[in-house]
Order: sequence, then structure tokens, then C-alpha cells
Amino acid sequence: MGTMRQITILLMLWALTALAQANEVLVAVAANFAAPMQKIAQQFEQSTGHKAVLSFGATGTFYAQIKNGAPFQVWLAADDETPLKAEQEGWVVPGSRMTYAIGKLVLWSKQPGRVDDSGNVLLSATADRLALANPKLAPYGAAALQTLSRMGVLPLWQPRLVEGQNIAQTYQQVASETVPLGFVALSQVMVEGKIAEGSAWVVPERWHDPIRQDAALLVRGRDQAAAQALLTFLRSEPAQAIIRSYGYALPVSSRAH
Amino acid sequence: MPMSFFLDSQTLDAIALTLRLATLTALVLLFLATPLAWWLAQSTSRWRSVIAALVAMPLVLPPSVLGFYLLVALGPQGPLGRFTQAMGWGLLPFTFSGLLLGSVVYSLPFAVQPIQNAFESMGRRPMEVAATLRASPLDAFFTVALPLAQPGLWVAAILSFAHTVGEFGVVLMMGGNIAHQTRVVSTEIYGHVEAMEYAQAHELAAGMLVFSFGVLWLLSFFKTERMRWWR
Repeated sequence: MGTMRQITILLMLWALTALAQANEVLVAVAANFAAPMQKIAQQFEQSTGHKAVLSFGATGTFYAQIKNGAPFQVWLAADDETPLKAEQEGWVVPGSRMTYAIGKLVLWSKQPGRVDDSGNVLLSATADRLALANPKLAPYGAAALQTLSRMGVLPLWQPRLVEGQNIAQTYQQVASETVPLGFVALSQVMVEGKIAEGSAWVVPERWHDPIRQDAALLVRGRDQAAAQALLTFLRSEPAQAIIRSYGYALPVSSRAH
Repeated sequence: MPMSFFLDSQTLDAIALTLRLATLTALVLLFLATPLAWWLAQSTSRWRSVIAALVAMPLVLPPSVLGFYLLVALGPQGPLGRFTQAMGWGLLPFTFSGLLLGSVVYSLPFAVQPIQNAFESMGRRPMEVAATLRASPLDAFFTVALPLAQPGLWVAAILSFAHTVGEFGVVLMMGGNIAHQTRVVSTEIYGHVEAMEYAQAHELAAGMLVFSFGVLWLLSFFKTERMRWWR
């Protein structure tokens, strides 16, 4: 009788762990969205009981990994082109892509008063160096280059540009005051809805194409309730409040493409 | 903050995984690198220089490049990936075995070179003497060459262990940085930095720093003190 009971308990425990695993969703998260996503994942777990297991990395790396059999079920990319490409190649469930956040570009300096709130600091050579992320690899870098070009000041700044490998590196260069001025993400300099230190100009949207960050359901997550639930939760009011508080904008109607 | 000394389960898992990976890598490499180093030290084949160059390749390849090629080769469409699937081992990327394989490749020169140096500095004389005493080559290898090369074996084990603890590019690319499965200390630090959790990042980085110093100290100990005692 005792053995029977032990076996039953073991079986129940096994079933419970199996259930717990079924409710886990593996998420590949763009590194720049790490902080808000951790908060969203906590709320997601509280309100749905599902657990989101987050991996942070570069969008290009995730693309290579997904093509080579990575077990990720949901993907939060740092741009909208890579998920589109992945969908065309059959790694993304068609129709599942949606914009979960729109990045805001900001010209930032650690020194108070250095950057005025209309970007006039860019109209003359006010600094010997200007930092931006690699425009070929990072959407924020491409937007920064567009801004300089549309303002007609690119020739002035071209010889003074310092390229970071990604937006995190650019932030570190400006935050350490190695470079006096730089284009970074608003989400990097905003703490609780305010720009924490230094001076900044939030670049108006007309100066560059929108920096859309798209999420997608990956083929590995097609039949996963938790994966689908996470994508739905990203559009919920609590999640959107977190996204906004980190300095991102939201699409006018955040439905699937 | 005193609270921060109590590490969360994710960090503990990352530390345990790192230590397991580094220990297994060092063990596998001792078995793999010793015969390879012996061959490199003894052989007069014209392939010797080619093999020596191949073994040294991970020293010059950027880790993320090495990781990328391993990922593609071991992926579902890659030649090695097809092989592992045909053998019924499944796919190695994003698993612990995949990390182990990547680490072994990445640290290979760190294990081969100290052992090879030890065999070379021993000269041919001890093996010749063993042969005149009618020891078979295999017997002489285990009773003469290996004991003489022991300091080199220790250096190889310590170096490949330490190198694996510090690796980042290969494990990030091949492992996918998945919590509790393939997340090691270095990729955990990366996650903290990206999430702007600098306190946790500093804590782990300080731990790594102290650990690396300890290992390098142990290494110079083996290179100097220990050798002196043996003489």
C-alpha cells in the first residue's frame, strides 16, 4: 500500500512538473528591451500563471540562432526588418508579427545645459566628437544619421562621428563623458518618466523613419498557449504602461500587421 | 546591501553551470590534448605543421565567429548537425553538450600547447633509455613520459578551466543564453548590464575577478614553486 502511494505521489509530482514546463515560454528579447521586459514578465506571470523565460541578445544573433534550431518561441526584435525576413523564410508564424514598441531617439549629453531643447547645438560644430550607433547594424544609428542628413548638418559632423558597435556602447561612451554628445535611446536615459541627468533633446519623429520594434510568434511556439498569451499580454494596458514608462512610444493601433 | 549576498536561483544556476562546464571541458581536453600533443611533439610527418596550425586557430578567430560557424555546422542543415541527428544524438546547439563541444574546441590550444612543450622539453633521451630497459612504447609513455610531463598537464588543465569560465562569444552564440539551461556567469553579467542592473553585474564581475586572480596565482605557483620542489 505504502509503495502504491509513493508511486502515485511521484506520478503526480511528475505530472505537475510536466504541466509547469508546458506553461513556460522561451523568449528571445532584444537587449535594449531587457529592463522593461523583465517587469512585463513579472506581471505576465502574476496575471496569467505562465512563466516567461527571457534570453537577451542582439537581433542579428537571434536571427542566426533561430535559423539554426534555437528553441525560442516568441521573439522581441529590435527592428521590424529582421522579423519580416524571418517570416519570409518560414521561421515566423505568418500574421503573428506586431509592433510592440517604437523607439525614441534622443540627443544627449552628460553636461547640464549643453543640449538645448530644439537641437540647435547641432547647427554648428559645438563638439569635437558626436557618438552614434553603427548605422548599418543598429536602427538607432540609422535614425541618427537620417536626422543629421535631413537637418542638413551631416557634412559638418561626418568627420566628428564616433560609431559604437550598438546603442549600449554609444550610451556608455556618452555616459562616461568620453564623448561629449551622442544619439542614444530615450529608454536609456529615462528613469521613472524623466530624463535622469545631463541635458537632452528628444528628436521629433519627422526627422527620421520610425524605429519600430516588432515581436513575432516563432514556429516553435505555434501550438504553445503561453507563447500566444504573452503576445496578447504585450498589448494589454499594464504592459503598455510599462513600455511607455521606459521611454518608448506605442503604435496608434497596436494590432497585428 | 547585505541582501545582495544571497544570490537568486538563476545566478546560482549560472555559477553551477559554469563550474560544471569548465570542469568537464578541462577533463575532456586532458584526454584529447595529451595524445595530440604527444604526436605533435614526436611526429616528423609533413602534416604536423598543418595540424599544429589548425589546433592554434581558436587563438586568432574571434569567439563569436567561431561560435557562429559551430552553430551553422551543428545546426539542422549543417554537416555535423546531420551527423549528430543520424546518430540519434539530436541537435547539439542550445544544449549543455553543445556548450561543452564549443568550449573544448575553443580551449584546445590552451591545453595542447603546455603539454606539447612539456613533452618537447623532456627530449628523446628518457624514452630511449626506457626502450633499452625493454619497456614497450606504450608502457614507456605511461611510466616515463606522462610523469615527466605532469607540470604541463596541470598547467593545461588549469588554463582550459579558466579560459572556459571566461568565455563569452562562443557560449552566447551556441547556447542562446537560456536561463537554467545554457546561461553561464559571463552571459548572466551581459544580461544584467543590458538591463542596467549594474549592482548585480558588478557583484558577479568582482567574483570573476577574484576567481581569475586565484587561478592565475595557482598557475604561477605550479610553474615555479612546484617545479623547484620536484628537483
